[in-house]
Amino acid sequence: MSDAALNPPAAQLRSKSTGRSKQKLLRLLLNIIVIAFLLGWLVPIVALFLSSVRPQADTATSGWWMAILRPDLSLANYGLALDQLRIAGSLGTSLAIAIPTTVLTVILSVIGAYALVRMKFAGRTALSLLLVALLVTPPQITLVPLLKLYNMVGLSGSIPGIWLYQVGFTLPFGVFLLRGFIASIPVELYESANLDGASELKTFTAIVLPLARPIMASLGIMAFLWSWNDLLIPLLFMGGSAMAAPITVNLAGLVAQTTQGQGPLMAATFLSVLIPLFLIISMQRYFVRGILGGAVKG
Amino acid sequence: MSNVVISDVRKNYGPTKVIHGVDIDIDDGEFVVLVGPSGCGKSTLLRMIAGLEDITGGEVRIGSRIVNDVVAKDRDIAMVFQNYALYPHMTVAENMDFSLKLKGMGKGEREERVAKAADILGLGPLLARYPRQLSGGQRQRVAMGRAIVRDPQVFLFDEPLSNLDAKLRVEMRSEIKALQHRLKTTTIYVTHDQIEAMTMADKIVVMRDGVVEQCDTPLNLYDRPANMFVAAFIGSPSMNFIEGHVQSGANGPAFISKDGVEMALPAGANPPVGTAVTYGFRPEHMALTAAGVAGALPASITLVEPTGSETMVFLKLGTAAVAGVFRERITAGEGDVIHVLPDPTRAHLFDPDTGKRLT
Amino acid sequence: MTDTLAFVPVLIAIGAIGIPVLTYVGLGLGEGILSLLPQGLSGSLRPWVWLSLPILLVLLILIYPIIVTLFTSLRDARGEGFVGGSNYLWAFSGTMMSILKNNIIWLIGFPAVTLVLSLATAVLFDKVKYEPVAMTVVILPTAISFTAGSVIWTQMYSFQPQGMTQIGTLNAIRSLFGLAPVPWLIAPVVNTLSLIFIAVWLQLGIATLILSSAIKNIGSEMLEAARLDGAGEWRIFRSMVLPNIVPSVMVVLTTMIIASLKVFDIVYVMTNGNFGTNVIANRLYYELFSANNLGHASAIAVILLVCALPVALINIFHFRAENKA
Ligand SMILES: Nc1ncnc2c1ncn2[C@@H]1O[C@H](COP(=O)(O)OP(=O)(O)O)[C@@H](O)[C@H]1O
Ligand SMILES: [Mg+2]
Repeated sequence: MSDAALNPPAAQLRSKSTGRSKQKLLRLLLNIIVIAFLLGWLVPIVALFLSSVRPQADTATSGWWMAILRPDLSLANYGLALDQLRIAGSLGTSLAIAIPTTVLTVILSVIGAYALVRMKFAGRTALSLLLVALLVTPPQITLVPLLKLYNMVGLSGSIPGIWLYQVGFTLPFGVFLLRGFIASIPVELYESANLDGASELKTFTAIVLPLARPIMASLGIMAFLWSWNDLLIPLLFMGGSAMAAPITVNLAGLVAQTTQGQGPLMAATFLSVLIPLFLIISMQRYFVRGILGGAVKG
Repeated sequence: MSNVVISDVRKNYGPTKVIHGVDIDIDDGEFVVLVGPSGCGKSTLLRMIAGLEDITGGEVRIGSRIVNDVVAKDRDIAMVFQNYALYPHMTVAENMDFSLKLKGMGKGEREERVAKAADILGLGPLLARYPRQLSGGQRQRVAMGRAIVRDPQVFLFDEPLSNLDAKLRVEMRSEIKALQHRLKTTTIYVTHDQIEAMTMADKIVVMRDGVVEQCDTPLNLYDRPANMFVAAFIGSPSMNFIEGHVQSGANGPAFISKDGVEMALPAGANPPVGTAVTYGFRPEHMALTAAGVAGALPASITLVEPTGSETMVFLKLGTAAVAGVFRERITAGEGDVIHVLPDPTRAHLFDPDTGKRLT
Repeated sequence: MTDTLAFVPVLIAIGAIGIPVLTYVGLGLGEGILSLLPQGLSGSLRPWVWLSLPILLVLLILIYPIIVTLFTSLRDARGEGFVGGSNYLWAFSGTMMSILKNNIIWLIGFPAVTLVLSLATAVLFDKVKYEPVAMTVVILPTAISFTAGSVIWTQMYSFQPQGMTQIGTLNAIRSLFGLAPVPWLIAPVVNTLSLIFIAVWLQLGIATLILSSAIKNIGSEMLEAARLDGAGEWRIFRSMVLPNIVPSVMVVLTTMIIASLKVFDIVYVMTNGNFGTNVIANRLYYELFSANNLGHASAIAVILLVCALPVALINIFHFRAENKA
């Protein structure tokens, strides 16, 4: 009995120490896998940057990694991109599309969400359900009639036409995202403001807008990225515009023609991702919140 | 500052009737407490006075104005909510200043008012803080500060202390009462806690299921409850009730319980012999006595709970379970028999069917 | 060139300041008018004052076009004569069949690969100390447009005939191991899978975020208790983590399914549908612009909508359940 009682701890001790070294090994393996994955995931971005700063002759004959082994860097590609590819104009056009689209999406979404949460009216539930259903509408379903309509009223080729489309298309998501947040504000806060003498509009501007600022930032960054990164809509609706093509349209066109070579294209592409990358790094918290808040939870 | 008159006020949520016709008169400067079990419609009534709920029927008058169709923001009423409802993105000062700003008051007067309210409530050092940086008690004070800077016609409180711990609750209780005495603003205060009601109110309105059961001063409610519900609700521990009927005894009519316990009729009650009645007396209105004293009732102990200053004893009088609170220390234990004597001058008879007190 | 740049600040001022100010003024005006009306009337009109602009936009950009497209899909190339279901017959015949096959590869491949990879990243990142950095790395590509992502990946997939220096990353790695180069964008099926992987690279961050947040929501007490009971990590993952994140897995799957339905940019930029990589969204673009066949284009769009419908219904179902609780 005492023998048996003595033995197990010793056995346990042994298995624990082997268990521990096994754990160390697993931990090492885990770190190797994760770090290798992360490095691999970054390769395309690194490759983009390096290719954009290599001389034209090198790019055509060797891979981007040679830039590390035999550095011979120049900014000539950026010069070419800005000079000959109208990249500055394209970035400007994209900004002229994305900034108003973002602001208008956020404003109309917060107005809509507030009314949908705070005001009672017949058809409120139906309207909410309709918005949820519209969350997954493919944009393609809208193209045929809207192209006709835009041509008819002279909106095609105009930047406000793109605002109109992108804001309208993003609104269901925006209202849905903000609705959840506004519904989580305790009603007593609105009632308190009401008793303090605030009108509906004042309650909205003095209570709801300041409180919703973080979630509005979430919607803002997402709306901006969608607008900036959109190819289909500007490709279809910006034809015949005097403005330089938006950056995505410009890039998509450049891939097909090889006259300029890879270098300037890579420089142009790198310029096109600078603003989005900066935004997502500096506003990652809001982006994450937007992604999580926008997912229809089961 | 104004009086408030509530006449025949009703509230339905669709087909559900929540308030069934309530009449309350509140004098200018009075502190009225609405008390009743959870779900009886206190908050609903308060919110109708505030203008946060539509009034289905009847009339609410504040001062000389019928306010049924006046929107909340024009009723000149301040309300303190259970969760305080402080504006999270405003400092303490801004929270108090918000309503004044909306009124378009000049900066000088606003600052003066906020400073004065902060001074009264001891909020001076906290003015620049945000609500999240405050303790529960401090938030409660800010909520009151937000109400008093406005100097409104009426203060409304909806269970303002129920989110505080027990000790703080007792402190704030007296503080609110002192504040109201000082400001003399008509106040309607909702709570489900009868001790809060008893200690704070000038007048208590006891509600049950959307109906006012009784409306009177705290001591009148205690001494002369209108019915068994009020009798049981007010006072702690709750009043004892024993069912039985009136019978002629050795010294005239007396109360006989279902299992033959005989007690003297309460003073002033003279129902005819044979009437079925419920006998009510408070645990604190029962004396310990020796066997053989006239009217002494033998009772067996089921539980003794000493609190130090007094002793609470749970007893069986015949088969009826009653509670007693005695100043004396009790050495007897479970199963022992002691003798008690309810004070007939402070006992009541109730109609067992309607619950009404018989006088 | 510079002349159009000059318009940019003006347009931004109009769109980001002018219109918002007008909107606010409009709301104020609406409220002003409401305040003149009797209380009951103003209460019932107010929602429509506030919702007018959002509803109008959604009607114009989504509802109206959806209805018109449904009708146009039954009409001829010019969107005029009624042709019954012939556009749909066309959509399920001939060259369209191989396009639909590609879409099915997308519909299965993209969600599946994304899900498996994101499960791995979410679980593994959870166990390392530098999780925030790791998370940032997978989120980075989600900021990049599908267009730019495609340009970026041309460098990964670039192909030179065997014997020449490989300047594409993947083929260079293959040649390092003595393997023959693969024409990633030309070899059938391989090319569609290659395109799918670009989308995976771009969208993995979103899936990882959703799953990672779900995993963190599982009470650590439960996992700790299981560990004390001697459960191994794989066992814990299978019988504790996985069942608890099923709803989030569904979210990831539906999100990715919708994304793969709509996929256009990558195919348009990388191959323009050549080498057997075409998908219906790209074909729709072709019908719209090169073939000018509005009937065909509309039928394709309706097919896309119908494919998205189950997801819409699931969302509605969840939304209702959530709002009742
Ligand atoms: N919006 C509502 N719809 C339907 N019933 C309600 C609503 N609000 C309150 N009630 C009902 O009205 C009754 C009174 O509620 P309330 O006034 O909050 O009670 P108290 O404040 O006394 O606890 C309760 O039975 C409650 O369920
Ligand atoms: Mg209540």
